Order: sequence, then C-alpha cells, then structure tokens
Amino acid sequence: MMFVQRIFAIIIKEIRQLGRDRLTFGMIIGIPLMQIILFGYAINMDVRHLNGGIVDLADTYSSRKFTAAIQATQVIDFVVTSDSAEGLIDRMRQGDIKVGVVIPADFDRRLVDSSRAAAQLLIDGSDTSIANIAAQLRDMRFDIRSVTSAQKVSLLEVRNYFNPERRSAVQIVPALIGVILNLTMVLFTSVAVVRERERGNLEMLITTPIRNIELMIGKITPYVVIGLIQVSIILAVGILLFNIPIVGSMLDLYAGSLIFIAATLSLGLAISTWAKTQFQAMQLTFFTYLPSILLSGFMFPYDGMPQFAQWLGKLLPLTHFVEMIRGIVLRGATFSDLWSSTLALLVFFVVMMSIAVLRFRKRLD
Amino acid sequence: MNNDYAIVASNLTRRFGKIVAVDQVCLEIPRAKIYGFLGPNGSGKSTTIRMLCGLLMPSEGEVSVLGLSVPRDAEKLRQRIGYMTQKFSLYEDLSVLENLEFIARIFGLNQHRRRMRIEENLVKYGLTEFAIQRAGTLSGGQKQRLALAAVTLHEPELLLLDEPTSAVDPQSRRNFWDALFELTDQGTTILVSTHFMDEAERCHELAILDKGVLVASGIPRDLSSNIDAIVLDIETQQPRRSRTTLEQAGFVKAVTQLGNRLHAMVDRGLEEPVSRLQGMLDDAGLVAQVQTTPASLEDVFVAATGFSNGAG
Repeated sequence: MMFVQRIFAIIIKEIRQLGRDRLTFGMIIGIPLMQIILFGYAINMDVRHLNGGIVDLADTYSSRKFTAAIQATQVIDFVVTSDSAEGLIDRMRQGDIKVGVVIPADFDRRLVDSSRAAAQLLIDGSDTSIANIAAQLRDMRFDIRSVTSAQKVSLLEVRNYFNPERRSAVQIVPALIGVILNLTMVLFTSVAVVRERERGNLEMLITTPIRNIELMIGKITPYVVIGLIQVSIILAVGILLFNIPIVGSMLDLYAGSLIFIAATLSLGLAISTWAKTQFQAMQLTFFTYLPSILLSGFMFPYDGMPQFAQWLGKLLPLTHFVEMIRGIVLRGATFSDLWSSTLALLVFFVVMMSIAVLRFRKRLD
Repeated sequence: MNNDYAIVASNLTRRFGKIVAVDQVCLEIPRAKIYGFLGPNGSGKSTTIRMLCGLLMPSEGEVSVLGLSVPRDAEKLRQRIGYMTQKFSLYEDLSVLENLEFIARIFGLNQHRRRMRIEENLVKYGLTEFAIQRAGTLSGGQKQRLALAAVTLHEPELLLLDEPTSAVDPQSRRNFWDALFELTDQGTTILVSTHFMDEAERCHELAILDKGVLVASGIPRDLSSNIDAIVLDIETQQPRRSRTTLEQAGFVKAVTQLGNRLHAMVDRGLEEPVSRLQGMLDDAGLVAQVQTTPASLEDVFVAATGFSNGAG
C-alpha cells in the first residue's frame, strides 16, 4: 500500500512538473510530428526534375520519342548527353547527375522482344530517395505503335549502382516509430535523476522513505503513457499521409511498442544514474542514439552488415523493435512469430532497470 | 543505548581525500531540546549532520540516532526523522500545496491524515494564502516556512536543520525560532546548525565546531561562565590604537572591536586584570575605561577556537 502510494506521489509530481515545462511538453508532440512528416516526405515524395544523363546509341525515331516521353514525365531533366554508359557513370560519381538512361543500339528490336528490357536506367543508389523513382519509371508505358504484347513487359531494366537495396516508405515509416521513440524516451528519463540533483531536490528526496525501485517506477510510468501517445501520433500520420497499411493487429503493435518504450525508458534511467549533469546525460543519450540508428537495420539492411556490427546491433533495443514492428505492420506477424525480439526487449528492460535501481544510492558520497 | 539521548555519536570522523572535514567528534544530544551546532563555514557542521542522518558514510566512529545504528539502519530512521537541507530543496515548479501533498504521500500519510496535517501546517506556518503559489516565487522567509512545514508533516521525533535561517530576514528568524520552541514543547528533538551567535544563544545546549573539531559543548550560560579567560570591556574614543596597544601584551589573548568598545580576553591567572590594562592604556596616553564583563557567546567562541578567530 505504501509502495503504491509512494510511486503514485512520484508519478503525480512528474506529471505536474512536465505540464509546467512548456518546451518539453511541446517536444512530446512536436518531435514525432516533425520527424515523421520530414522523414516521411523526404522519402516518399514524388521525385521531380532530377538531373539526368542520356546515351542514345540507337538514335532512331522511336528512341528519340522514348527520350521525349521520359522527359514528359518531368521526373528527369536530361542535362548531360554522353556517348557511353561509362561516361554517364563518371558524371554520376562526380555528382552531376542522379540518373542516367542508356538506350542500346538495338533499341527498336528490343521493343518488340519481350524477353529483354528495351533500355537501361542507371541510378545513384548512394542517395536512397532516388531509388524510389526507379519504380515509377519502370511502370511507364511507352506507346510506340499500337499496343502490342511487347509494352506489357518492362520497358526499362533497372540497374541500381552503389546501393544494391531498394527501399520504400512503407518500410521506413513503421521503423520510424522506433527511431522517434528511441530518441525521446531515452532523453526524457536520462535527465530524470540528474535534474533532481542539479536543481538541489535530490538531497531532500533521498532523506525520505522512498525506495529506489519506487522512485524508478514512478519516474518511468508517466513517460510510458507519453510514449504510447507518440506511437499513436506517428501511426495516425503514417496511415493518413503515407498510406501505410497495417497488416498485423493493432493490439500487437501497441503491446510491442509498450515493451520497447519500457526498454528505452530504462536505458535512460540507467544513463541518469551515471551522468553528473544534464549535459552529460544528453551526451550519453546521443552516444547510444547514433549506433541505434545505424546498426538497427533502420538505415542499412541488418543482414548485410558484418558479423561484428550485427552483434553490436543485437545489444540495442531499436534493432529488435525494428524487426518486430516491420513484422507486425508489414507481414502481419504476431507475438508468437516474434518471440525472440520480444524476449530480447524484455531482458534489456530488466537489465537496465536493475542497473538503475542498484546504482542509485540514497547517499551523497 | 541511553534512552535519554536522541543522538549519541562517538569519535565521528569523516575524511574527503586528505581533508579531514570532521575529526573525532563525540556528541550526546538530549531529547526534546534544541541542540545547536555553532561554527564558521567549513567547520564541519553540514558534514556532521549529513552523517547523523545517513547521507554520508562516516570514515570512523559510531552513531546511534533514536536508538538505531546509523548508517546501518538509516532507512528505518527515515520515517522518524526530518532533515531540512541548507539550500531550499523542495520543487520550485510545484505550488506550496503540491509540495506538501508530495511529501505527505512519500511519507505514507493516509488521505485523512494527509489533509489534516497539511491544513494544520498551512495555518501554523502562515502559508494558507500562498497555497496555490509556486514555491519558486516565494520569498526567503516563506520558502523556509514551507520547508519547515514539509519536514514536520509526518511529525518526526527528531529534526535536523542545516543552517535553516541563513537566507532569512531577522523578523522571520524570530518567528522561525518560536516555531522551533513550540515543536520541542511537543517532544521533538531539534538539532540546528548556525553561524549566528544570537541563534546559538537560544539553544538549550550547544556544540562549537571549528575546523572539524568539537572545541566546546554544553549549556550556553555554563559555556560563558566556564570560559578559559577573563573578559574585559574597554570603552574608548580611540579603539584602533587601544587595540594595537593591548595586543602587544602577551597575556592578552584576543581583542574584539564593538564600535567604540573593545572586548579583551586575558589569561585567567592574571592578577588584577582591570588595573593592569587600564595602566597600559594610560601609559600610552589613551583615554579609556576598563571594567570586567560577563563573557558573551562570541567570546566563548573566540576562546574555544584557540583565539585564532579573535582578529576582527
């Protein structure tokens, strides 16, 4: 009973303080909203007026008409004309062009040959958002004579340079839930204990009968609710603005998010028992944030990473969450399919929470 | 353990690296009394108080507070003691009422008792009209009343107050001390540290700390009468020159200037001190009137700290 009451006291206090801290309160709504819109659009928006290059080795009526048709889509502006594919790749490496179209000498014959693509589209894969246009252009129809069976197959063969993996917003946005939560949750709790110390409240707090575990539970509980609100905001924007289909169950999605939120909050608490100042706490937070983004599979495909990086990634909660959330949202997976990531997140939570509880001392020395 | 004492400490020592902040301090603090720690900044008052409530580990020594061993049983003590930090340590972004509610909940007061105690203390410490005001916007005296209201909510048997009045005006200090006496009437033991002589004088008992060492302790009046010196009051129009003259004599241990008067402390064994000093001043051609006077607490403090704090 006392246990519950003391936790309750901390929760009420945290909520009241949070409500009075306008900036932090704004960040709770603002950060996810801003990030999802910026991130989502940068990735998903129709790409237009890309600088492109063309090599027309056929130089026939149909090849010229084909070039005009591509330009008519407004996706590519041909600013470079070259006489070989190698020439285009050189210009791409220099950053002058993002895409290149290579029309082979036997273009006319390829047009009626359903087994081969008529032309080649070269893409600068180092810029991930460019990859999306490949999909648009591949679906382009080219009406050269009457519609024959030839046009039904791919007109363009896509060759992706510098980055063999092509990704879509559908893949990015669910993982964004994790990336955004990872930032805000760790940040909120990493300053939780340090702030008490910096504002001089800690000396009072540690002479009360509050127990470590009660303090820690009281500190994270309000943020669990905030985390779930953030999940809802990101989901709403994802569904309304980016048409993200949710294949799996909403309940699984929220339950998975809840476990991830608890894991990241406990990481923040653990950081908070190490840091001496709020500034240090933020530095430590970012120290964990960057590897999370890079190694979690959010940016680069996890399976493509070297073994060492994969091990490192496995230590980070975001890795498991990205795997879990993509499974639920995109593949309709359930917890029984995703037990290993669920278990990993739970273990992470228990370990970090234990560190926080054990490291927090009700003493000044 | 003797039940007459709220706190018994023996050979209490605390080192920070090579610095000895508290050195072999022994204390016997009686129940339901106000016990004062008097000493300048850095004399080890705060460190001692922090060790007594289990916030700092003693490097050496034994402490028993309310019959419990500290730091071993520090957690059991929490419910029975109240500690008021030197710096205001409640939440400045919470209102007076919210702060009191928080503390009451943390100390496990049930809803009925919580309401009753908060209401009582709001009235008692004149905070009712500020109840919904943020603590950060209160004046020094109001903050300190809030701190006292918070620390006494759970009706602790022992209060440890670390320089509670250092940021407070004289009128607020008077009111604060009235409140402390009321608490001792109800049986609360109070340990209060201060560097104000007038506050030290109000304590039932007193310990004088200097550079981490307990140099004197007892009832203020006894300390004054047992002072290891004869105190002389000198009225003069030339206090600075008189002082220089007196300080040349080996038997004059310390001279303190108080406006146009001087307090001189001389060896206890000195024969006819009044005429000796009067003679010295007359010989120097200074107009002065020497007479004996009872020792003030400041004299006790100067004498107890080996006359090293006598200059000025």
